[in-house]
Amino acid sequence: MSYWPLASIALVVLGFALRWNAVVVVVGAGVVSGLLAGLSLPDILALIGETFAGNRALLLFVLTLPAIGVLERSGLREHAQAWIRGMRGLTLSRLLVAYLALRQLSSMVGLTHVAGHAQTVRPLLAPMSEAAAEKTLGALTKKETQEIRALAAATDNIGLFFGEDVFVAIGAVLLIQAFYAEQEIVLEPLSIAIWAAPTALAAFVIHGLRIALVERRMRARRGPKKVDDAAS
Amino acid sequence: MLRLEHVYWALALFLFGAAWLSFREKRLATSAFWAVLASLTASAQPVLDAQAAGVHWPGELAGAGVVALALLAPNMARGAPGERPKREREAERLGHWLFFPALLVPGITVLVALLGDRMVGSWHLFGGASITLVGLGVASLVSLAAAMRITRAPARAPLTEGGRLLDTIGWAALLPMLLATLGGVFSRTGVGDAVASLTSAAIPEDSRAACVLAYGLGMVVFTCIMGNAFAAFPVMTLGIGLPLLVVRHHADPAIVGALGMLTGYCGTLMTPMAANFNIVPAVLLELDDPHGVIRAQLPTALALMAVNLALMAWLAFP
Repeated sequence: MSYWPLASIALVVLGFALRWNAVVVVVGAGVVSGLLAGLSLPDILALIGETFAGNRALLLFVLTLPAIGVLERSGLREHAQAWIRGMRGLTLSRLLVAYLALRQLSSMVGLTHVAGHAQTVRPLLAPMSEAAAEKTLGALTKKETQEIRALAAATDNIGLFFGEDVFVAIGAVLLIQAFYAEQEIVLEPLSIAIWAAPTALAAFVIHGLRIALVERRMRARRGPKKVDDAAS
Repeated sequence: MLRLEHVYWALALFLFGAAWLSFREKRLATSAFWAVLASLTASAQPVLDAQAAGVHWPGELAGAGVVALALLAPNMARGAPGERPKREREAERLGHWLFFPALLVPGITVLVALLGDRMVGSWHLFGGASITLVGLGVASLVSLAAAMRITRAPARAPLTEGGRLLDTIGWAALLPMLLATLGGVFSRTGVGDAVASLTSAAIPEDSRAACVLAYGLGMVVFTCIMGNAFAAFPVMTLGIGLPLLVVRHHADPAIVGALGMLTGYCGTLMTPMAANFNIVPAVLLELDDPHGVIRAQLPTALALMAVNLALMAWLAFP
């Protein structure tokens, strides 16, 4: 058993840590791993080329871009934002839990680029969360404001991560399928995606509870009287 | 018969279009990147056929193409943002109809996947392996047609708008595919074996629970180091998931794969290495603490990790 090929993992770790271009790091690690295993350069190129060709299914998501681009040109994102903005009577936890559900559901059907930190969290979700919290809690300290913003960003990430794995035809599920196909285990994408559903539900419950707890803790810090003032 | 090959031709066509667009804007490295990628996409089937026949020069050429992609990637440039049409008014006119074509993509994909290989008369509607992927291809094109009809966008819009989105994503679009390739290369050059022998030396292989724990924690730690669960997945699954859980303890590979990846996602929530998810938003939201987002995510990530490990131990074994 030779442990030299492990050096190529070290190269990946180093490259990512030093923020080199990820494409360079990954292709470089492939070449180095081949060299360390004693392959000739043409053999390494053939191995990389043929494996790459076998994994091309991972690029298929690009084919959805023209349709989404045309819709964004006509204001898909603006419409989604206006729709959320129009919902009345929101508290901090209701807003964030609703966003969490929406983000999970939209990633589940493959719409991962509808929202994001730049598109929705900074311009929309973070200011709305602050406003919703002020409505029920009164003025916020700077620390609370920062905590709420960070929670909004966290909610976007968690909604995205634990929704997209349920969609059959993008990213993670196809990577799992392609990986097993390389090992001669043939699986249909749907049979993989279905097992992400329990975790998606758990993520919603756990993070939803945490959001509610954050709001309750902020309310408790103010004492019962102030809440009544704010409500009246 | 509609085969996966036809879907890839459409994809190559779009990538060539994107290459042409950036060529016109004099972004030559970007243009070359998309052109090389389009050629690789279009020529993948001949490469695989040749490989099956024992001929390797097409594969060597494709490998050189991948290396060329790596050399071009750091020099890619984004295009100037185009003029913004009056989106709000458009959006008001179209209302919820805008969601319809977007929802067609998952809808049709799942429909084709569920219907499978049906015959119309003596004619196969969808053929070959990976019916879901054929479905995704068909769904993308149908959705585009619906979007064009509803928005009445000019005929050049699919290329310019799709190209603009592709530009925004840039070389990151290639990352999942490259990491999967790296996993394949690792497995053939003995990296997986080395990790496997190291871990099997460290854990009691006979204990099912110990194997689940080692695989799950390995996914989290490796994802934290690499900042990407996709990069950790091939290494850990090759090293622990496949030989110990699937082969030795007869776990279901689909369940091990899905839950293993999701356990890795818990690691993504914990690491500054996943900069686009954890560091960039802290900057965007003007937080004093650059790790504020990670701090907000940590309790959810740890709880979910425990849930995933429990689910794997419970569901994966017969």
